Amino acid sequence: MKFRTRAIHVGNDRDEQTGAVVPPIHVATTYVQHHAGEWREFDYARSGNPTRKNLEQTLASLESGTAALAFSSGMAATHCVTMLLESGEHIVAGSDIYGGTYRLLHKILNRSGVSVSLTSTVDLDAFERAITPQTKLLWLESPGNPLMSITDLKACVAIAKRHGVLTAVDNTFATPVLTRPLELGIDIVMHSATKYLGGHSDTLGGAIVVADKDLYERLYFIQNATGAVLSPFDSFLMSRGLKTLELRVREQCRTAQRLAEFLDSDSRIQRVLYPGLSNHPGHAIAAQQMDGGFGAMLSFEVAGGFEKTKRVVESTKLFQLAVSLGAVESLIEQPAAMSHASYDAADRLSHGIRDELIRISVGLEDFDDLRADLDQALNA
Amino acid sequence: MQTRLSSDPHEKSPLQKRRGESTLAVHAGEAHQKVADSITDPIICASTYTFANTQAIIDFIEEKQPREEYGRYGNPGEKVVERKLAELEGGEEALLFSSGMAAIVGLLMTKLNAGDEVVFFDECYHRSREFCSKHLSRYGVVTRQVKACDYDAMEAVINDRTKLLVSESPTNPHLSIVDLERFAAIGKRKGVETLIDATLATPFNVRPLEYGVDYVLHSATKYLAGHNDLLAGVVIGSKEQMEPVRNLRGIMGAINSAHNIYLLERGIKTFGLRMQQQNATGQAVAEFLANHPRIERVYYPGLESHPYHEVARRTMRGYGGLITFLVKDADWRATANIVDATTIPRIAPSLGGVESLIEQPLVMSYYECTPEDRRRFGIPDNMIRYSCGIENAEDLIADLEQALRA
Repeated sequence: MKFRTRAIHVGNDRDEQTGAVVPPIHVATTYVQHHAGEWREFDYARSGNPTRKNLEQTLASLESGTAALAFSSGMAATHCVTMLLESGEHIVAGSDIYGGTYRLLHKILNRSGVSVSLTSTVDLDAFERAITPQTKLLWLESPGNPLMSITDLKACVAIAKRHGVLTAVDNTFATPVLTRPLELGIDIVMHSATKYLGGHSDTLGGAIVVADKDLYERLYFIQNATGAVLSPFDSFLMSRGLKTLELRVREQCRTAQRLAEFLDSDSRIQRVLYPGLSNHPGHAIAAQQMDGGFGAMLSFEVAGGFEKTKRVVESTKLFQLAVSLGAVESLIEQPAAMSHASYDAADRLSHGIRDELIRISVGLEDFDDLRADLDQALNA
Repeated sequence: MQTRLSSDPHEKSPLQKRRGESTLAVHAGEAHQKVADSITDPIICASTYTFANTQAIIDFIEEKQPREEYGRYGNPGEKVVERKLAELEGGEEALLFSSGMAAIVGLLMTKLNAGDEVVFFDECYHRSREFCSKHLSRYGVVTRQVKACDYDAMEAVINDRTKLLVSESPTNPHLSIVDLERFAAIGKRKGVETLIDATLATPFNVRPLEYGVDYVLHSATKYLAGHNDLLAGVVIGSKEQMEPVRNLRGIMGAINSAHNIYLLERGIKTFGLRMQQQNATGQAVAEFLANHPRIERVYYPGLESHPYHEVARRTMRGYGGLITFLVKDADWRATANIVDATTIPRIAPSLGGVESLIEQPLVMSYYECTPEDRRRFGIPDNMIRYSCGIENAEDLIADLEQALRA
């Protein structure tokens, strides 16, 4: 079955008991056992819940994995992956990553004696040189946030194999519609499911998908022990969102591509960062790694400095000023002040996140409406 | 409407330049800046709404202060969805009900008094017909049925007691298409109000109010909600004409729960995308069936062979996801075998959701009718109704192909 058909049907079997076409929302916290010490499939909701399990089956199928875990937020999912590491071990992460991941890696993991090197993945030789004998995990994001840098995932897998380290990809921006990292040999796919997977700005969630059963067991052990699971209601809303995932993402990509082209040819804009533009340094890799679209996130720098940037983000009417991304509503933000404010200021600049940078998340609105909105805001 | 997106929808004619369907589906009816600055509307579960003091009650009664009062009269979330649907439909006022049937019952009971008459085109949802023949009749309302799309026959039965002309378009399950201009003109000429149940068309494909029809009705359970996980109905019309309907709903109480309303609002966000896909998939599956040697006939307005293709082409942007077809030389059992052999669509009543559904009208809806009645309603034993979801058309076609080989 094709991707979209699986998004609708895998994990959503008809309810045997009632015939319901949509599986019921199981809210029970505990499950009655038949015999003491003989556990049935479900025992306590933290360990497993039928509604969450359905969602996990769908996610595993869409990411071409064998098993998935649903978490209460994307950060909970990322944290779970990092808990595979022990004191004294080391992570090499790309430098174009979500501010919250940066904060977790630098300000929480250090307390457990896990160290981190942030290195650009544009120069993979330099990236490989950052690997030490203590390195256990490569953390990648493609497209990166907020600069839309493209990481060659296949090349990273080859590096990881040479050094015997695990690879994890935050696939939030690309979504499994466009990129399925497990098919490229990546070990762990992580999502802030809050974004495109849920897609309606109304559910926080995270996901991990893997192909390897043993790795799944290790991650499941951590999730069950630490407890950041997704609630039944949110699991239901997430499953519901997945049914329109492909339609949404493909439409959002088409609109983003046209907006990027509009901005790229506009004299009020200094530069546009979008992998779908042929002038983007990662365009060639993205064209291979992303299936039929380049994502619906794009960043650009406005001519006229910080004050002008602030006026632009405050003047849009359809694009709403808010962090987060990936939903039906278009959003606009200034990374230096918002999504990436948790970076240290010096680090932010050294990684290329300037005050003039604007990031937009393209929603489902019609292209003409969105273009007109950006056009008027750029005159502000 | 208090959004930055557009000013009060009642200020401008719905025929003025509209925003795109998808933009409306996502934003229309919603405040740009919401409570607690949240990007989505809250689910307000309150059964009742408090007044700060006695003067606030008096202000409310004297209509100085529009606000909520008691849950049965409305809910803030419901008003958002009502504004969204009114804008999508290009109408002034929408009113939500707990199901499509509650919506039509609410409208009929508002508009018809003892001694009044209502005229139906005869291809219609069997429960609408049943409500008129078995229940409205008890209150002395006379229902007249004329052959679908026979405008002369409809005009001929109108008399001075006639209060409402009703039709579906497309009709269910034959997918006949009403010439809305002609239908509305009869009403205007005779001074009778008109209602179109446009559940199968949706405002994405046709907006009957633009043709002068008075009321448009939807089982919002279907394409509008779109996920096979909630029931709702809606009627849209002018502010003035809808006011008594709203009053009666407040008394009868067929309203939606706050949770249901939220799921509906969320479902509508992808309405434009889903319709685009379902139009495309419907056309592809209909063409596949029309060219299949085991198929006797396909009812789909997007096929040139369809008797109302010309009207459909003139008035509709797409033809939806519902397809009815007849299997060649098949009795009811051979037809049922095909239904049972499909593996992607679920066997179930209803339509319009993301999951494809399949059913044999004879078994699903007309099992207890006499053969003469079924003949009269145009429901042969070898008829199958297929509601395309948003799965890939290739998957649905491959599945139908194997089922037709079975």
